[in-house]
Amino acid sequence: MLTLYWQLFVSHLTANLLGYGGGPATIPLLQHEVVDRHGWMTNGEFSEIVALGNGLPGPIATKMSAYIGYDVAGIPGAIIATFASVAPSLIMMLALLGILMKYKESPQVKRLTKVVRPTIAVLLGVMTYDFFFDSFTAAGWIHTVILIVAGYILLEVRKVSPTYVVIGALLYGAIFLGG
Amino acid sequence: MNKDLFIAFFRAGMLGYGGGLSAIPLMQREVVNRYKWMDDDEFSDVLALSNALPGPINTKLSGYIGWRVNGWSGMLMCLLATVLPTAVLMILLLTLLNAFKDKPFVQGMAKGVIPIAGVMIGVMALDFLKKSGLGLGWKLTIGLAAASVILIELLGIHPAIVIAVLIGSAFLPWNKWKGAK
Repeated sequence: MLTLYWQLFVSHLTANLLGYGGGPATIPLLQHEVVDRHGWMTNGEFSEIVALGNGLPGPIATKMSAYIGYDVAGIPGAIIATFASVAPSLIMMLALLGILMKYKESPQVKRLTKVVRPTIAVLLGVMTYDFFFDSFTAAGWIHTVILIVAGYILLEVRKVSPTYVVIGALLYGAIFLGG
Repeated sequence: MNKDLFIAFFRAGMLGYGGGLSAIPLMQREVVNRYKWMDDDEFSDVLALSNALPGPINTKLSGYIGWRVNGWSGMLMCLLATVLPTAVLMILLLTLLNAFKDKPFVQGMAKGVIPIAGVMIGVMALDFLKKSGLGLGWKLTIGLAAASVILIELLGIHPAIVIAVLIGSAFLPWNKWKGAK
C-alpha cells in the first residue's frame, strides 16, 4: 500500500512539475504515468475522466488527480494525489516570490512556457489519436464519426457548454451504443 | 475573512466551466471588483507569476491570494474552495457510473464519451500548436514537434525527460537562434 501511495505521489508530482502551461499540459503527462507506465486504468477509463472533468466546473488537473487517487487507493489516495498536484508549484510560488517578481518578464522565464509547447501539443495529439482509435474499436466508425463531428461543431463552432455536450454524449451512448 | 475567501473562490470555481482558464476572469471579478483584496495590476502580476511556474494555474492563484489576504489559514480556505467541491462531484459521478458498469446502457454511456474526450484533447492540442507557432515561429515549432514525435513515440523516451531537457534549454543563450528565425 505504501508503495502505491508513493507511486501516486511521484507520478502526480512529475506530471504537474513538468506541465508548463497549466492544467491541460499536465493531462498527457498524467495519462502517460497512469495508463502507460503503471497501468492503473485503460485509455477508455482515462477518457471518461477527461470528458467528465471537462463537463464539471473548476480546475481540471486537480479533479483528475483526486479521482485517479481515489480509484487507485481510496480517500487517502485522493488526498495524496491532489496534494502532489497542488502543493509543489504553490510552495515554489511562495518560496521564489522575490526572484519571480524580478524575473517574470525575463526572456528565460517567458521561454519556459514557449519551449515546451510543441512537445505538449504532440502529446495531446497522440492522446487524441488514442481516444479516436479506442472509440473506433468500441463503437464502430459510424458512431465515432457522428460523435466527433457533432462534438466539434457543438463545442467549437456553437460554443455550447461542455457540460451539455458531455450529457448529450452520455445519452447518445446509452441509447445507441448500449446494445 | 476566511468565509469571504471561501465564498469568493467557491463561486469562481463552480461557475468556471471547461477547465481552469475559464475561472480566471471570474476570480478577478471576485478578488478585484467585489472584495477589493487587490487591484488589477496586482492581480495581473500574480497571474504572470503563476504562469512562470508549472502545474495548475488556478490553485496557485487561489492559494497565493488566500495567503496574501489572510495568511496560512486563508490559503487553506481558498484551496479547499477551489479543489474540494468539484473533486467530490467528480468522484461521486464516476463511482456511480462504475457501480453500474455491468448494465449495457452504462457501457454505452462510457463508449459515447470517448470521442468527445478526443475532441476536447484535440482542440487543446491545436491550441498549444497555434500558440507555439505564434510564440516560437513555425519552423522551430515544427522542428521541435517532429523531434518530440521521434523521441517519445518512436524511441520510447519518457516525455518527462524530453520536457525536462527543454526546460533546461530555456536558460541557454538563445540569441543565436534569433538570427535563424
